[in-house]
Amino acid sequence: MSDREDILRAVRNNPLTPCARPMVPSFTENYPATPAAFSASLALMGGIWDDHWLARELDIVALTAYIRGLFPAAGVFCSAVNGIAGDKPLDQDTPPGALNEVDVAIVQARFAVAETGSIWLSEEECRVNALGYLAQHLVVLLPIEAILPNLHVAYGRSEFLTARYSVLMSGPSATADIEGVLIRGAQGVRSLRVIGLPAPIGA
Amino acid sequence: MKAIDHVKGSREFLASVSHQEFLDQRLWSLRQLRDAQMKAHPEWQQLRTLASEIKEHTLSHLDHYLEMFERNALANGVKVHWAKDAQAHNRIVHEILADHQVKTLVKSKSMLTEECEMRPYLNERGIEVIETDLGERIQQLDNEMPSHIVVPAVHKLSADVAKVFARTLGTDPDNADPHYLAEQQRQKTRPKILQAEAGMTGCNFAVAETGTVTVCTNEGNADLSANIPALHIVSIGIEKIIPSMTDLAVFIRLLSRSALGSPITQYTSHFRAPRRGGEMHYVLVDNGRSARLAMEDFWYSLKCIRCSACMNTCPVYRRSGGISYGAVYSGPIGAIINPTMDLKKYSTLPFASTLNGSCTQVCPVRINIHEQIYKWRAIVASNNELPFAKKSAMKAAGKILASPVLYRALVDTANAVMPKLPRILVYNSFNAWGEAREIPASPRQSFHHWYQERQRRLAGKTSPADGAADTSTPAAKDKPDE
Amino acid sequence: MKIALFIPCFIDAYFPEVGIATLELLERLGCDVDYPLTQTCCGQPMANSGCQSDAAGCEALFVRNFSDYDHIVAPSASCVHHVREHMDAIDQNYNVRHVRESTYELVDFLHDILQVRDFPWAEFPYKVGLHNSCTALRALGHAAVSEIDTPPFSKPMTLLRGVKDIEFVHPQRPDECCGFGGTFSVTEAPVSAKMGYDKVNDHLSAGADFIVSADMSCLMHQKGCAQRMGANIQFLHIAQVLNGYSPASHKAGSL
Repeated sequence: MSDREDILRAVRNNPLTPCARPMVPSFTENYPATPAAFSASLALMGGIWDDHWLARELDIVALTAYIRGLFPAAGVFCSAVNGIAGDKPLDQDTPPGALNEVDVAIVQARFAVAETGSIWLSEEECRVNALGYLAQHLVVLLPIEAILPNLHVAYGRSEFLTARYSVLMSGPSATADIEGVLIRGAQGVRSLRVIGLPAPIGA
Repeated sequence: MKAIDHVKGSREFLASVSHQEFLDQRLWSLRQLRDAQMKAHPEWQQLRTLASEIKEHTLSHLDHYLEMFERNALANGVKVHWAKDAQAHNRIVHEILADHQVKTLVKSKSMLTEECEMRPYLNERGIEVIETDLGERIQQLDNEMPSHIVVPAVHKLSADVAKVFARTLGTDPDNADPHYLAEQQRQKTRPKILQAEAGMTGCNFAVAETGTVTVCTNEGNADLSANIPALHIVSIGIEKIIPSMTDLAVFIRLLSRSALGSPITQYTSHFRAPRRGGEMHYVLVDNGRSARLAMEDFWYSLKCIRCSACMNTCPVYRRSGGISYGAVYSGPIGAIINPTMDLKKYSTLPFASTLNGSCTQVCPVRINIHEQIYKWRAIVASNNELPFAKKSAMKAAGKILASPVLYRALVDTANAVMPKLPRILVYNSFNAWGEAREIPASPRQSFHHWYQERQRRLAGKTSPADGAADTSTPAAKDKPDE
Repeated sequence: MKIALFIPCFIDAYFPEVGIATLELLERLGCDVDYPLTQTCCGQPMANSGCQSDAAGCEALFVRNFSDYDHIVAPSASCVHHVREHMDAIDQNYNVRHVRESTYELVDFLHDILQVRDFPWAEFPYKVGLHNSCTALRALGHAAVSEIDTPPFSKPMTLLRGVKDIEFVHPQRPDECCGFGGTFSVTEAPVSAKMGYDKVNDHLSAGADFIVSADMSCLMHQKGCAQRMGANIQFLHIAQVLNGYSPASHKAGSL
């Protein structure tokens, strides 16, 4: 008898009365899907909200220069966004380890969640999953129309059925494991900046 | 195997005021942050009920959902293994690693792998294992088990961490700044992550309908461990299954709020299929869970989502420290899970509780923890695992309290004798109560005798006063207090 | 109303004044109170240690003593909770079930059954730290608990507000367990004592002159800690305050 058969048989052999599956409501009444709500949650999680480009004409070249200008001391920029040029080529076959030298990574989120200040990325948005973890800083472009009210709505998205890897990122890497002191940039990015955009960029 | 001596462990922990006070303040503040999240979301109690019902539904159909999970995982290109116990888990993990000539394994926090004692097993077979969670890494380097399932090194002060890191990582022994220490761990762990041939994570929730494994961290270390090496292994307790992504929303909303009072962990990662050029393995582990599922009074403990809210609220945990429980799972949840793994060894844990019930009130999946603790005591007693002194005392008490005559004699004798004893005879090492407290003073007469006197007095009166309460002097104590 | 008084074993032995205050209070409120003389204990100490079979004799005696009454009242939440929820070491015949359903804790009896709110004979111009035992709070529902966000309510405080000039202080952790926990107080003495010291310090810092509770077991433990600490604080059962306790009419010190 394999372990599989043993386990399944043991599990079937329980005296439990089958319990009904509950319907899960979406609770959207209390959760506005606005940039204001999102940015408040993001701030709580230690992320930076940047609304500079919400009041302006979107110009990708200017946006790229703007991002570089935010990190004057940074050396290597790496972009996973079509139209924003980085210093390193990045495609699906770039070995993850090669991204260790990246100072600033730039991605565009597919959607975001106002309730928790989270942005959603998958292998499509990152090209290489490790990009958003090995870089020292992460800049996330977010079309504000893609802000969802809460996690109930987010988890209803079909992207979860097709993405091989996806993540809800809520602020930078953090820990408070040593005497309760909050540290940002524990092992992943030291900062996470979300730049709100009036519309998505890139093809 | 001797039973865990929780009292001894608690004494050791209480001996350091600074350590105990920090632990108490830190975990109480997490409890308060949880309270704030609860108040901010009017649907909180409804979410708890939903979470409980989803888990109960899943557990009562577990074979169905396990098979669904496996089917979808296989269809996604993930390899699925089944391990009936800890030994099987370790053997399977080692086989996968050996097949890929893995010399270094980086992993994120997984209490299941601690439960299986995987690290020493792999170390003995020439595989280096690097914990990437900061708290787990501290404990690994200090050769001590985690003291708390969410913040494994919460019982240590930064000076303790500085000592451990200085000894094992070569950091500055005089620098106990948490920022410095965390940065050092980051710098020293990064090369290991880059060089490792395999990464391992645990699993917070396994979604049956999609074959997705969800891992929640604040550091992003699960993502580092899983997304850099080409090989990703996931250890999954069979009770981690939930039906769908819609259900997942309920748990993600509850988990970090219950654990740390933050809306969500910094990283909530979903692994569904191997990435380009990558390979994924799931190891589904039983290790006593199916046996617990068959226990009518205790299967509810399988609903646990490992949030640690019960530990944070537990006043006993905050004074004895997690190490005193001698198990991977400490505090209230430990008291009801561990006895299923080894009744004798953990027979003392259900008694490390005042049955105050706070744990049950904060549990996001509505496990009736304190009621299960009460029920475990009866199991321990009926399996003859109570300490002899306690067993005898309870037998004697049972006889005396069943007999009005014996009871009366004991009370009257005790109260006649105790006031006459010199202090040294009363307060000594046999008197556990008296170690840190005064015992109650003996009254001149018991309530019983006072009542009998009053009845005699009332019977002796020719015209009882209308409606007036008896105003005879209450029994005064022999010696005034203070 | 005819009621039977159940006086828990440790109150009978060590704190008779609590039993006396309970009896007097109920009589003041017009109850006809019986005290069955062959009562001993409810069985909780043995049952809470897992020794159900050792509790059986005691539980059977309890039922024999009280089966003729429709209202059995006791000044102890944990004892009443045991009777109502856990008195199952004996066969559950009609008498047993009747006794279990008819046993009331004093605060519940005063607040819900007699529905009394005024105690005109009582005056207590002191700062009171109200202590609700964990059983009273989470099992009997005496007051709102901090773990759940419900509108605030407190049956003991409602009753005590019927006492002239009483003032309440607010400790930092009003519903954290004080550490008595029954046999826990001796089998886990170090943690129990630490919890007791913390509780006393919390009330002291809040400025309490008295700690008042519906549970004498908690008070016995906290008082033992306070005495060893040399703390300037006194302890009273709620029955005593509601019955018109005044320090002047009592010997120097507390109970």
